[in-house]
Amino acid sequence: MSSEGSVEGAADPGGDGKTHSLNVCVAAGCLSSGSEKVKVALEDAVKSHGLEHECKVKGVGCLGLCSKGPLVSVEKENVVYQDVEPGDAAEIVESLGKEAVTRLKCDMESPFFTRQTKIVLENCGIIDPERIEDYLAADGYEALSKALTQLTPHDVVDQISKSGLRGRGGAGYPTGLKWSTIAKSVPDSTGRKFVICNADEGDPGAFMDRSVLESDPFRVLEGMAIAGYATGASQGYIYVRAEYPLAVKRLRTAIRQAEKSGYLGANILDTTFSFRIDIRLGAGAFVCGEETALIASIEGKRGTPRPRPPYPAEHGLWGAPTLINNVETYANVPAIIRHGGEWFASRGTEKSKGTKVFALAGRVRNTGLIEVPIGITLREVVFDIGGGVPDGKKFKAVQTGGPSGGCIPAEHLDMPVDYETLSRVGSMMGSGGMIVADETSCMVDVAKFFMEFCMSESCGKCIPCRVGTAQMYDLLCKITSGQASMQDLDLLIELCDMVKSTSLCGLGQSAPNPVLSTLRYFRSEYEEHILNKRCPAGVCKMSNEVVHNG
Amino acid sequence: MKAERPSDDKRWRLVDATMRRHGHEPNCLIEALHTVQESFGYLEKDALRYVALSLRVPLSKVYGVATFYHFFSMKPQGKHTCVVCMGTACYIKGAQNLLDSVRSRMVVEPGDTTSDGQLSLLTARCVGSCGLAPAVVIDNKVLGNVTESRLSETLGRSVEHEL
Ligand SMILES: Cc1cc2nc3c(=O)[nH]c(=O)nc-3n(C[C@H](O)[C@H](O)[C@H](O)COP(=O)(O)O)c2cc1C
Ligand code: FES
Repeated sequence: MSSEGSVEGAADPGGDGKTHSLNVCVAAGCLSSGSEKVKVALEDAVKSHGLEHECKVKGVGCLGLCSKGPLVSVEKENVVYQDVEPGDAAEIVESLGKEAVTRLKCDMESPFFTRQTKIVLENCGIIDPERIEDYLAADGYEALSKALTQLTPHDVVDQISKSGLRGRGGAGYPTGLKWSTIAKSVPDSTGRKFVICNADEGDPGAFMDRSVLESDPFRVLEGMAIAGYATGASQGYIYVRAEYPLAVKRLRTAIRQAEKSGYLGANILDTTFSFRIDIRLGAGAFVCGEETALIASIEGKRGTPRPRPPYPAEHGLWGAPTLINNVETYANVPAIIRHGGEWFASRGTEKSKGTKVFALAGRVRNTGLIEVPIGITLREVVFDIGGGVPDGKKFKAVQTGGPSGGCIPAEHLDMPVDYETLSRVGSMMGSGGMIVADETSCMVDVAKFFMEFCMSESCGKCIPCRVGTAQMYDLLCKITSGQASMQDLDLLIELCDMVKSTSLCGLGQSAPNPVLSTLRYFRSEYEEHILNKRCPAGVCKMSNEVVHNG
Repeated sequence: MKAERPSDDKRWRLVDATMRRHGHEPNCLIEALHTVQESFGYLEKDALRYVALSLRVPLSKVYGVATFYHFFSMKPQGKHTCVVCMGTACYIKGAQNLLDSVRSRMVVEPGDTTSDGQLSLLTARCVGSCGLAPAVVIDNKVLGNVTESRLSETLGRSVEHEL
């Protein structure tokens, strides 16, 4: 299973005797732009041109540039077609092996394609996510087999530590350290430890985990199995949002195929290691992304968090030591084990290694899924890869970290994107949502938007979060309707501090962040609303009516 | 003791199958409720009672769980559903205006169903199509880059022509 052995010649991309492969993106974005119809049209065109033996049409995961969908790529030829319509099918099929259809071609030399570095997304858009054969042809399960046959569990943890990988779920906790804690914990009285994959993706404006699950589900399963081997667990759970039915379906298919092929279940690859994975569906509660709440939810309860310590590493699911990592964290693992920790650590910055997947959205020309080396500047992401703000509008801020993060203004565009720098400027890396706002957005309104979110997602268990977020929301409503005084602003700041320092879990502790960061960089907008009863962006409707609690 | 099915509706078999798959363990409560909602469209009181009895979980706890999670609905849905995404990406791109336009055009508040039972208007916290914001999901089909005129045209086509 050496990597050289499995690289296919350019003339036979699928290893199945066919010369060409047309890969149609069937991930959520392109599906809603009508890619299913394009796929059918291409299949018909292949048939009507009598090319069934030379060309196949394959449904693949996200090709990245969602704003230009439906996307079709010609495998191994570095050609991606954008805005494809069923009527273009014949022309595309006729061009195979000849000059590509210029009219539909994406510019592959544009920074959107050239500035990315793909580790997590290396198979996205290339393999068929519903066929394990495709994953195997792309070096899939090489890492698991290497771990089981050549490495001890201790070696595996060692490689992960060496890689410098940090949790991609938001907080950036060193993954190797977490794994070694669980590896050392004593199993519960019935000998159990658990591995959980957090696929709750609650940040409202982010879809990285969804795309990974829909485009390359086996990769996550492989990462979890390696984690099980390293930590001594034999049961894994994936906690995935019910709002992602396609991801759930593809995961179910992937688990079934992996079990059938002996990569999951009892005695994996004929070793003594056994590992099962079950799916648990979330039910639309943001707080369930928090690890202790997630565990409560898997146990069938209301998803409310509990104080830590004890951390799940010692006392997790059903009281047993439990490893919880994010989807993207696990998706990095197979590559690290295949190439070694040092290979991974050679990318990124001193304290933040590797790459990060971002969901680029909002007021930016190229929206979609990107993977970039950590340490790239925000300017490169927004203006080079993203192509800047459309319609001649002016850039105002980029929001990262979702409801726990903040808004970063133009003056910080040249700073590197890494865990430490983002927190220093009052935001956070978060799970990877990156939303660009231009001059048409009001920053006070954005702060109110996130506060409304935190208020309604607060689980109600602790008072600072339950009552504090509602109070802060009321104050923000007062400001955005032109009824607030400067004392209200002082009160808001005081509440931010109180809620931040006294809430039980990360939801409340970070709920004030969007307010604090917009106050830090856009204080004049708050003051305009308060002193001159005017919304500079023209978003807020100033009125003299009484404010209602939303 | 085996709980008695609330009716001889065949869909209860699906609910039973889910509970059986998990050995009627109390911790499969959420899975069971998912199956009820998938099969019946919402969580009826009878269903909550049946699941509580079958899993030997107090009804109060079942109710607590059912109302904690936003995904579960205790009200029947209209014939069609229109979900306006109010996630960050969609909000920045004007989802509020879309929501307001459906509200006034169809005379329905978010979370409610029109009086003729034709359309339920719902909001979501990101449907995962942020690259195509603003997004609206009509009858499980995601529409991207939605404008007010396109939305009203689509709603007109799928809902109103049946009136
Ligand atoms: C309110 C709240 C919501 C969270 N939501 C998520 C989420 O959607 N996905 C996720 O992976 N982590 C989320 N987390 C972080 C998890 O608690 C946990 O730190 C993470 O899953 C650990 O994995 P990692 O080390 O691989 O990042 C959330 C935390 C809080 C406080
Ligand atoms: S914010 Fe609307 S789809 Fe993500």
